[in-house]
Amino acid sequence: MNTWTPPANVNLVDLGFMDSRSKLIDLAAFLDRVQRAGQEGDFRVAALKQAIELLAGDQPERARNILLSFSDPSTEPIPKATTQGAVGAVPPGQG
Amino acid sequence: MVSRTTDDYEKLALAGCETICEPAFWAGFDRASAQGFYDYFRQITEYEPKRAARFGIKHYTWLCINPKESEDPELADDVLALIPQFLDKPNVLGIGEIGLNKNSRNELQVLEKHIQIAADFDQLILVHTPHLEDKLKGTRLILDALKNHSKITPDRVIIDHVEEHTIDLVLNQGFWAGITLYPESKCTPHRAIDMLEARSGERIWMNSACDWGISDPLAVPKTMLEMKRRGWSPTAIQRVAYDNPVAFMKQSGKFHLD
Repeated sequence: MNTWTPPANVNLVDLGFMDSRSKLIDLAAFLDRVQRAGQEGDFRVAALKQAIELLAGDQPERARNILLSFSDPSTEPIPKATTQGAVGAVPPGQG
Repeated sequence: MVSRTTDDYEKLALAGCETICEPAFWAGFDRASAQGFYDYFRQITEYEPKRAARFGIKHYTWLCINPKESEDPELADDVLALIPQFLDKPNVLGIGEIGLNKNSRNELQVLEKHIQIAADFDQLILVHTPHLEDKLKGTRLILDALKNHSKITPDRVIIDHVEEHTIDLVLNQGFWAGITLYPESKCTPHRAIDMLEARSGERIWMNSACDWGISDPLAVPKTMLEMKRRGWSPTAIQRVAYDNPVAFMKQSGKFHLD
């Protein structure tokens, strides 16, 4: 596998454009929806808007950088787990 | 697969799946006592192999108390004491899926005790990394805990559920990385293929999440189809989807394809 390189003769735009277009419009509609409902102050919406800015980057590291933007930056274990789930963005006061 | 219907075994067999490995995980609710885990360990070492065999599929498994139920140290100790008696079962590949869920102190202590069992009994390790905003921090804490143990060698440990922001932390320190395919969180087929292409598919496996959420047992074969559409050769697909997991699991000494 060390000498293996990804195939270069496939049109990735053909394969992925319509799906990405659809997801982008869904994202726009979601932001419209929460704004109309007066819920755009939610920390998750704020995190989403901050992440969207990273799409304008010019390096092929957008997915990684967006994941980093949603991540808890702290390094020490928390004293006790009070919930079992994750919400997708760092809640206020944590991290 | 304990959370899935028998129909899923049939679908897997029809898709050409020969072998599955099932980590010990959450029951969809917190178990009340260690006895619940004893019954569960019997289920995944005795009953599930028989259910899979009805469809010509070999079933392997891993043992642990999962991180979601690791906040109670007394319960965890009782469950950890049960594990050694099951390690000689023919379908047990090692300790897993251990790790962290909310990155708490108790979870970390239970993780360290699991690592000690793996070291004491020379077992492979399968690691669960936390979800979403907790993944990066949890992955770092887990890697530190593994590296701090003198008897653990990275090539006998797979760190599962990696994403773009954690995969290189794992691979650069010599561990295997697992990409979990899951519809809403974790990873999609195209993202998985992107990560594989950027790293030549070395020391990486893919798995289909089959849990209590909406998940797809056929996610791996569907990703193999996407690889084909993206121009991958049959040989390259075979290496990532088949040869890599076989190479890792064969280290257990129990994993056989025939």
